[in-house]
Amino acid sequence: MRFELTTDQRDFAASLESLLAAADTVAAARAWADGDHDAGLKLWQRLAEQGVTMLATEATPVEVCIAFEALGRHAVPGPWVESAAYLPVALGREVEGIGTVAAPRALDADIADEVYVAVDSALHTATAGAAYVSVDRSRHLFDVTPGGTVEHGDLAAAYDLAVLATAAQLLGAGERVLADAVTYVKQRKQFGREIGSYQAIKHHLADVRIALDFARPLVFGAALDPTPRSVSAAKVACADAAYLASRTGLQVHGAIGYTQEFDLSVWITRIRALVTAWGTPAEHRARILSTLVGA
Amino acid sequence: MDLELSNSELAFQAEARAWLAENVPAEPLPSLDTPEGFELHRQWEAKLSAARWSVVSWPEEYHGRAASLVEWIIFEEEYYRAGAPLRVGQNGIFLLSPILFEHGTQEQQDRFLPSMATGDKVWAQCWSEPEAGSDLASLKSTARRDDDRGGWVLNGQKIWCSRAALAHWGFGLFRSDPEALKHAGLTYFLFPLDADGVTVRPIAQLDGEAGFAEVFFDDVFVPDADVLGAPGDGWRVAMSTAGNERGLSLRSPGRFTAAADRLLALYDETPEGPNRTAATDGVVDAWIKAEAYRLYTWGTVSRLKDGGDIGAAGSVNKVWWSELDVALHETALDLLGPDAELESTWLDGYTFSLSGPIYAGTNEIQRNIIAERILGLPREPKGLQR
Repeated sequence: MRFELTTDQRDFAASLESLLAAADTVAAARAWADGDHDAGLKLWQRLAEQGVTMLATEATPVEVCIAFEALGRHAVPGPWVESAAYLPVALGREVEGIGTVAAPRALDADIADEVYVAVDSALHTATAGAAYVSVDRSRHLFDVTPGGTVEHGDLAAAYDLAVLATAAQLLGAGERVLADAVTYVKQRKQFGREIGSYQAIKHHLADVRIALDFARPLVFGAALDPTPRSVSAAKVACADAAYLASRTGLQVHGAIGYTQEFDLSVWITRIRALVTAWGTPAEHRARILSTLVGA
Repeated sequence: MDLELSNSELAFQAEARAWLAENVPAEPLPSLDTPEGFELHRQWEAKLSAARWSVVSWPEEYHGRAASLVEWIIFEEEYYRAGAPLRVGQNGIFLLSPILFEHGTQEQQDRFLPSMATGDKVWAQCWSEPEAGSDLASLKSTARRDDDRGGWVLNGQKIWCSRAALAHWGFGLFRSDPEALKHAGLTYFLFPLDADGVTVRPIAQLDGEAGFAEVFFDDVFVPDADVLGAPGDGWRVAMSTAGNERGLSLRSPGRFTAAADRLLALYDETPEGPNRTAATDGVVDAWIKAEAYRLYTWGTVSRLKDGGDIGAAGSVNKVWWSELDVALHETALDLLGPDAELESTWLDGYTFSLSGPIYAGTNEIQRNIIAERILGLPREPKGLQR
C-alpha cells in the first residue's frame, strides 16, 4: 500500500513542468486559436521527444495522467487526448505525427495526419467535413464522414483512457486556475487590504482546494485500476472541481477575469469545453450507476 | 504507486471480518444516549475488548494489537461494513488516548487506558463554554492553585459536552494563569464527573436525546496526578487532540463507504417515480465522494507512513466528510419520499449528520485554516488576544 507517486513519477512530472513552464504555452494556444499552428506544433514535437505520445502504449495510465495534468495546467493546444490516449490504444500503436478521432466531432481534423471515427464497435478512417467554433477558440471541431474500416484493438479501453486523460487535464486546469486566483487575491487590495484576507474570498477558494484535493485520488485510483466506473468517477469529480475552480477564479478576479485578453480566459473556456468532452457528466453518472445497482 | 494490501494485512482483514460476522448484534442496540443503550454499548465495548478489537492501534500491553495505520483503516472499514454498534468509548479512545500516549505520565497511562479499552470507564469531552465556542482559547473557567492539598480547584461552566450525561470521566481546559496571554495559561485536566462540586445537566439534542450536557464546576478539587501535560501547556496539549479529531481518526472512510452502499440498496428498492428520479444524481455523487474519501485517506496514510503529519489537511478532510454525510442522508430522505419524516435509522443518521459541520471545529473555521495555512492567504485582523 503506497498511494503516492514514486520518485521516478515525480521526476517525470517535474521535467514536464519545467519544459512547459519555460515554453509560452498560452501564446501557443492563442495562436492555435487563430489558425497559426507553428508554435503549438513545435511544442507537440518537444513533448513527443519527452515521450508523451508513447505513454499509452509504453507506460502505465499513471504516467498518462501525470502528463495530461501538466497539459491541462499549461493549456497546451491540440488533439492530445485523441492522439496520445485514445488512438494508441485503439490502433495498438503509437501515432506518428498527429491523429484525431471523432468524439462525436473530431478535434483539429484539419491539421491531423490521421483521422478516425468509431462506428458500431468498428474503427474507420474518416474525412473531415463542416467546421464548428468552440467556446474554447483553440478547439477546432469537425464533422467527419466514415471511410473504410481499419484493424483495431480494445475500443472500450481506448475510450476509458481518453476519459481518464480528459479528467487529468481538467485537474491540471483547475489547479492552475486556483493557483492564479490565490496569487491575484494576495495582490489586489480593496478597502485598504488584500481581498484574500476577507472570509468571503477565503471560503470560496478553500472550497476549490477541497474539491481538487478529493478529485485527484479518483484520477490516480482509476489510473491504477481503470474500469468504466473508476474513470467515469474521475471525470465527474474533475469536471465538477475544475468547473468550480473556473467559476470561483472568474469571480475573485472580477471584471479583469471577464476579458479575453487576460490569460484566465484560456482556462475558463478550456474547462467549459472539457466538462462535456469525452462523455458528459450525466453520461458518466449514468455509467457509474449502471455498475452499482440493478445487477 | 499501488493500492495493494500485503498478505499480513489481508489476514488481519479476514480475521476482523470473521469475528465481526460472528459477533455483531443482529438487532441494532438502543441509542447510546439512553441509560439502557449506554449500558448495552458498554457491554459491547467489553466484548470487543475481550477479543482485542476495541483499540487495535494501541500497544499490546493495553489490550491493543499494535496495528499499523493501514490495519486500523482496514478494521474500521470492516467494522462499519458489518453494521456494528456506535462506539460509546469514542471520546476517550479517539480523542483522549492519543494525548495520553503523547503527554501522559506512565502512571496516568496505566491508570486510565485499561478501563478505557474495556468500556468500563467512558469519557466525555468538555471543551466549549457558553462564551467560548469557535474561539475556544477565550475560555473563562478557572483552575486555582491549592498547594496545601497538592492540586487545583476548578470553577466555571462547560457546555456541549458529548456523552457527559452518562460518562464517568471528563477532560478539558481551564485557565490556570489569569495574567497570561489568551493561549498561554491554560491547563489540561482530567476529572471524574461524580466529583464533589461537579453538576451535570443533560441537554436534549435535536432528536430529543441527551447526547451532550452542560457541566458546572464549583470548587472541584483535582490532584496534580490528574493534570495532563505541564500546567500552562494545555493549549498545545489539547491541539494534538483537535488535530486527531478533525483529521484521520474520528471519521474513517469505512463509515461513509458503508453508508453509500446502504444508500445504493435503498435506491434499488425505491419504486420508479419522481422521488427516485430526482435523487439519482445524489446517489451517484454520494458513492463518488465516499470513494474519493477512501482513496484520499490511503494517500494520507501513505504520507503519514513516510513520517509526514496531517497538519492543516485535517481541515480539508473534515469539511469533506461532514458535508458528504449530510448530502448522503438528505438523498436518502429524498428517496423515502413522504416517509422521510417518520422515525427510521436514515432519519437518525440524517439528524446526527447535521451536527458534523458544527462539531470538531465548525466548517467555517476549517475553511479559514485551509485558506490561511494551505493557500497562504493573509490572516484576518484578530480581535482581543487577552
